[in-house]
Amino acid sequence: MMVKRRVPRCAIVGIGELAPIRYTEGTTTLGLIAESVRLAVADAGLEKDAIDGLLVGPQVGETPQHVPATVAEYLGIQPTMSNVVDLGGATGAGMLWRAAAAIEAGMCETVVCVLANTNERSGNPRSPNRNPIREFDVPFGASGANASYALLKQRHMAEYGSTQEQFALIAHWARKNAQLNPNAIFYGKPLSVEEVLQSPLIIDPMHLYEIVMPVAGGAAFVVTSKDSLPSGGHAPVYLLGAGEKITHRAVSQSPALASAPLAYAISAALEQADVSAQDMDLLSLYDCYTSVVGVTIENAGLCKPGQFGEWMKDHSFGHDGDWPLNTHGGQLGFGQADLAGGVSHIIEAVRQLRHEAHPRQIPNARLSLVTGNGATLSEAAALVLGVES
Amino acid sequence: MSEQFENLVVPGPTITAVSKPFWDAVARKEFILQKCADCGKWVFYPRGICPHCWSNRLEWTPATGNARLKTWGIVHRPGHSAWLEVTPYVLGVVELEEGPTMLTHLLLDPDQGLQIGLPLQVSYTNCNDVWLPFFKRKSE
Ligand SMILES: [Zn+2]
Repeated sequence: MMVKRRVPRCAIVGIGELAPIRYTEGTTTLGLIAESVRLAVADAGLEKDAIDGLLVGPQVGETPQHVPATVAEYLGIQPTMSNVVDLGGATGAGMLWRAAAAIEAGMCETVVCVLANTNERSGNPRSPNRNPIREFDVPFGASGANASYALLKQRHMAEYGSTQEQFALIAHWARKNAQLNPNAIFYGKPLSVEEVLQSPLIIDPMHLYEIVMPVAGGAAFVVTSKDSLPSGGHAPVYLLGAGEKITHRAVSQSPALASAPLAYAISAALEQADVSAQDMDLLSLYDCYTSVVGVTIENAGLCKPGQFGEWMKDHSFGHDGDWPLNTHGGQLGFGQADLAGGVSHIIEAVRQLRHEAHPRQIPNARLSLVTGNGATLSEAAALVLGVES
Repeated sequence: MSEQFENLVVPGPTITAVSKPFWDAVARKEFILQKCADCGKWVFYPRGICPHCWSNRLEWTPATGNARLKTWGIVHRPGHSAWLEVTPYVLGVVELEEGPTMLTHLLLDPDQGLQIGLPLQVSYTNCNDVWLPFFKRKSE
């Protein structure tokens, strides 16, 4: 590969360092991370609200997953770019160019890169997971995502008066679309609204058939530059816009549904691409639960907050409908192969935009909105993908 | 109502050096929260730094133990099977009178007219030898 000359656009403007001590007492890794960040941001002469990018390291033994969201929640910040960099001793150096790349890509303005760790005299922590949710959610009987999403769904119903039938309709459409995708786990198994409502309540108000089916699987995609397109390859599907935001980790710390981080991520992606939600030919919306699709439709501005159910009544969501939505069946119809489930929304968008989605091809598909959602409606990413017309 | 939790073999809190005063207080049936000496805001869960202003002058301060219901869910199939014994039970996110929100176990009948804003108060409950701040309907 030809190495391109870097034009310097980004600089280190603040540093923070804790004096090494042999053993820590009375603190946590999150506490040390926060103190290091505070020092660096103060050294830069900046306020906490200036930080909109966050790069952290892996946190084995304290927070195995959702590390950036946990650190952001602890710090009370809501970055629009965040990541774990996991390169061993090269992590710090690897963070710097990633921070610069994110700024140059327009995802954020000011990134804090931080690594810290405790060293307790007593040795290893008692639990492999000491994330705050392990301390303040699990002991009350709240383990797993179902609890969080049931709480979020109940909030929507209690705040806006949305109904079980409105949520069930989302599961119905996912299964309906899956009937045109032979790879879908629920191919050959359509689902009526009544069947959703009659399925067991796992955590009331969330029914079994409103929850994705865990499956095995995998997905990958290759990205290159416009100058390096393979000759004779497929029609390239371009990244036209991207948006990202994290707001919290635990469901108890989530903002109002109308200001869920998806609202920012989607509007940023649309703005980068200079298009509007109304221009989309395909909505490829992350659907771990029915309620996430409802909130995403509202966060995308397709209707007012709380009104997704009313809005859906007036539209049709198949490949031949006026609002094609998750034409591969979504994860509710296709299955969720862990983190690869989210990639299925990208894969389907590429198929549709390449016009290779027969027999569910959307006529003249040129633009797609793709969303991703993590933790407790707390980690959001949105993409606008498109082909040259 | 709460004796049923005493012999429940469920995972307890992973207490840290920072959060220990909170749990020690709960065991004494006292409800304390961190309050920022610089910006005056209350903080929960316990931290080493104020999430509002990044001051590290957080002081443990007695709180009311009063809260209002933000949302709830009725657990029929718990994520951890050890909780099966007490199903169905009610989980809630509550807004403490001092401002912060927390997740908790609600000692409420699911059919009792749950709604946003329902007044609640802390109810110390022994669960597998650990005292936990559950919440119940606020007495008049
Ligand atoms: Zn403060």
